[in-house]
Amino acid sequence: MADIDVTQELPLPVERPRPVTSGPLAWLRANLFNNIPNTILTLIALYLLAVTIPPVIRWALVDAIWHADSGRACHTGGACWAFIAEKGRFILFGRFPYEEHWRPLSVVVIFIAVILASCDRRLWGRWLALLWLAGIAAVGVLMRGGILGMSYVEPELWNGLPLTLILSVVGMIFAFPLAIVLALGRRSELPAVRAICVGYIELIRGVPAITLLFMASVMLPLLLPTGMTIDKLLRAQVAIIMFAAAYLAEIIRGGLQAIPRGQYEAADSLGLGYWRRTRLIVLPQALAMVIPPLVNNFISSFKNTSLVSIISLFDLLGAANAALTDANWQGFYMEAYVFTAAIYFTFCFFMSRYSQMLEREFNRGRQR
Amino acid sequence: MTDTAAETRVGEPIIELHHVDKWFGEFHVLRDINLEVKKGERVVVCGPSGSGKSTMIRCINRLEEHQQGQIIVAGIELTSDLKNIEAIRREVGMVFQQFNLFPHLTVLQNLTLAPIWVRKLPRKEAEETARLYLERVRIPEQADKYPGQLSGGQQQRVAIARSLCMKPEIMLFDEPTSALDPEMIKEVLDVMIELAREGMTMVCVTHEMGFARTVADTMVFMDRGEIVERGPPQEFFANPKSDRTKLFLSQILAH
Repeated sequence: MADIDVTQELPLPVERPRPVTSGPLAWLRANLFNNIPNTILTLIALYLLAVTIPPVIRWALVDAIWHADSGRACHTGGACWAFIAEKGRFILFGRFPYEEHWRPLSVVVIFIAVILASCDRRLWGRWLALLWLAGIAAVGVLMRGGILGMSYVEPELWNGLPLTLILSVVGMIFAFPLAIVLALGRRSELPAVRAICVGYIELIRGVPAITLLFMASVMLPLLLPTGMTIDKLLRAQVAIIMFAAAYLAEIIRGGLQAIPRGQYEAADSLGLGYWRRTRLIVLPQALAMVIPPLVNNFISSFKNTSLVSIISLFDLLGAANAALTDANWQGFYMEAYVFTAAIYFTFCFFMSRYSQMLEREFNRGRQR
Repeated sequence: MTDTAAETRVGEPIIELHHVDKWFGEFHVLRDINLEVKKGERVVVCGPSGSGKSTMIRCINRLEEHQQGQIIVAGIELTSDLKNIEAIRREVGMVFQQFNLFPHLTVLQNLTLAPIWVRKLPRKEAEETARLYLERVRIPEQADKYPGQLSGGQQQRVAIARSLCMKPEIMLFDEPTSALDPEMIKEVLDVMIELAREGMTMVCVTHEMGFARTVADTMVFMDRGEIVERGPPQEFFANPKSDRTKLFLSQILAH
């Protein structure tokens, strides 16, 4: 290497035959077969898929039975979707009077519509809060009835998907502001406020959700003066709100702690004061920062509402379990759970995608 | 004060610190500080790091609390009374070393936030004022960007404009150029010099001695929590009295 002839031209990069840089083949080579370990992993994955996918397809589609009069004709080894055809409405709406099913259906539609409207950030503001209030009022009226010519339906019969949505959505809507108050309170300079918030959060977090639900359904009535009753659904709802709020508060506190001190100082130096500083500067940044864990919590509390079946409230999963007890249609656990799982998944997947979109939007133009 | 021009230009005292003491735990960070700043006066505070100069100006708008003595700003005494603190903060603008712009808001929103929420200006008026000040700090075209999209110098000019939008009586600068790349320091200093020419009352903690010579009416030198020396810049630079001042100036002017 010592004597390089500087007059010699440097070798130009050799023109090799150009590798395929696009198309499915190139993608395969670049992503799945680019080295030996990867190739082995790819082959193992392909083998596992080959072993598992065909039986699932055979069960769910090929051998499946779509129409049957009773469960006895349905036990052929394939999926019995006839069970879902027969019991789907029961799983969705439970024991709500059959001819009134349009009411819980409207409730589900209202929830989805209001949630979709809330997804548009341009609509965030005062009238969205009003929309929510109106939506929840409409949900209450539709479920309860007793006015506008609708028959009264007792809360015991509010089952299935509407119950799951009521418990989780209403739960989140009330838990969220409560959580913000708790998180701010935990960071308050007033010792009494701080102690109350810390005590609340630690107490609730230290107790399983089931315990809270039991206390709400069994112990609370004992503590109330005789003659006074609070509806069981309402008690469960309050327990869910209290439980979710404690967890959300800790997530929000994490966001609050991540706000640099300079932000507080800048807000102070402009004379914003505590409340405006919190509302305009601190919370928007803190909440944007904790979107992923917030949504994670929303998803898990959405699914956790199925715990209410323990105090015999029939949510979506509870109604599915109840559907399985029909003597004519016994043993279709897979079908019932695949059906409910698909419904849960749809909602949770939507939440997860939406959170990713929000994160992108909040981060736009903020990277340094 | 030997500068007769300054004598006629400056007016009544607007900031008064009497016998101010402050401790961080055991550490005596401010020792018997006495300072008077008159309306229209430009005070530059310098001193080695840890000398308490930042702490002192942060006491003027109560970002730090003093434990002894008296601070009177724009005729209002700083006590733990929140009303007084907020009244003073409305009159005192502050520019920070780290800019501290609100990253979730656009430049224009950064500028209009306090005028709208604190001064209760209509949005339109606040935006007009904001655009005016953006023009004065020479970045009118950045109004709709987010702070993270701007250079450090641009961010600091936005921060200055943000304070000015509140039409403060006094501007405090806490090492406004220390976090900037060298090539951006001048653009910020130019804005500050212009502000000084317009008669703004300024208290500025900085190591930019060229800037100090240009705009200061009074130089204040702090060391170990005390005000060691003060005086008009010509005298201060040419003929420092204290040994500590001489040492500091020789270090900072050496290169």
